[in-house]
Amino acid sequence: MDHVDGNVLAGPLGELFRFDLTTTSGECRHCGDIAVLARAMVYLDPSGYVVRCNSCGEMLMAIVTTEKRTWLDLSGVSGLQIPT
Amino acid sequence: MSSWHVGTVVETNSETPTGRSIIFDVPGWTGNLAGQHVDVRLSAPDGYQAVRSYSIASADDSQRVQLAVDKLPDGEVSPYLVDDLQVGDQVEFRGPLGGWFVWRPTDVGPVQLIAGGSGVVPLVAMARAHAAAKSTEEFRMLYSVREPADAFFASELQSLVSPHFALDWIYTRAAPEGAARPAGRITADDLARLAAPATSNPLVFVCGPTGFVETVATQLVELGHDPQRVKTERFGGK
Repeated sequence: MDHVDGNVLAGPLGELFRFDLTTTSGECRHCGDIAVLARAMVYLDPSGYVVRCNSCGEMLMAIVTTEKRTWLDLSGVSGLQIPT
Repeated sequence: MSSWHVGTVVETNSETPTGRSIIFDVPGWTGNLAGQHVDVRLSAPDGYQAVRSYSIASADDSQRVQLAVDKLPDGEVSPYLVDDLQVGDQVEFRGPLGGWFVWRPTDVGPVQLIAGGSGVVPLVAMARAHAAAKSTEEFRMLYSVREPADAFFASELQSLVSPHFALDWIYTRAAPEGAARPAGRITADDLARLAAPATSNPLVFVCGPTGFVETVATQLVELGHDPQRVKTERFGGK
């Protein structure tokens, strides 16, 4: 399966955050690129989403949902710029 | 911030040999921006659920939501939406979603829309919003389809053509009789010839299968377009 855009995360992340995370900019911990999440590369998986930096391809975040919980891995994001 | 709604099918229209548009009545829906999408959730009697994202073709304040869906041969959800869903049936919606791949009638400056196949859906919403707002911002659409019968909303798009809305076609497999351009995949030359020039600094929306979007976005940047002004929405597949 080819990747899609970070835009697709608006629904699942909207369940977790009170603002639209896809329009906020995040900094990649691996290469330092700063881009809106909507521009990230998203790989769909039956259990969730793997989100990769559009610049270096390393993993920014992962969302894995099971019956009992959602695991949100943000280890590839060093910071978010959230409009006030 | 997003919540689930129940939509009831009120109308379906065949659009292409493998795709159709569906209008839902969604109580509690307060409208959406052009370019936004919804997550559609189907539930089987055994509790199994499948969720897929679909762009919204409509862009107004009503509680009517129009989607247009192309059937993926090995799809889990799209064959049901295209072949089985009937007037009166219900599905669940989460949305409207996404604040990035959108065009607002208050936006200023030229816009280039580039669609591959059913990727035209969110761009149709933008063209409709542009017409409804009587916006005089320059809009251009470049729509790539395999052959004329594969175009979604073809007659409506043609009817929107005006001094402020230009429409050009790319046929990849079979061009209509008398077409100046032979059938073939979109090239940098097509973009140079038919798309708004980089010098006019247009906002560009590209939507289609991943391969199509990759090709077009790369070519646009090579033609001098600012990558920050090129917004993409890939829907996977080939």
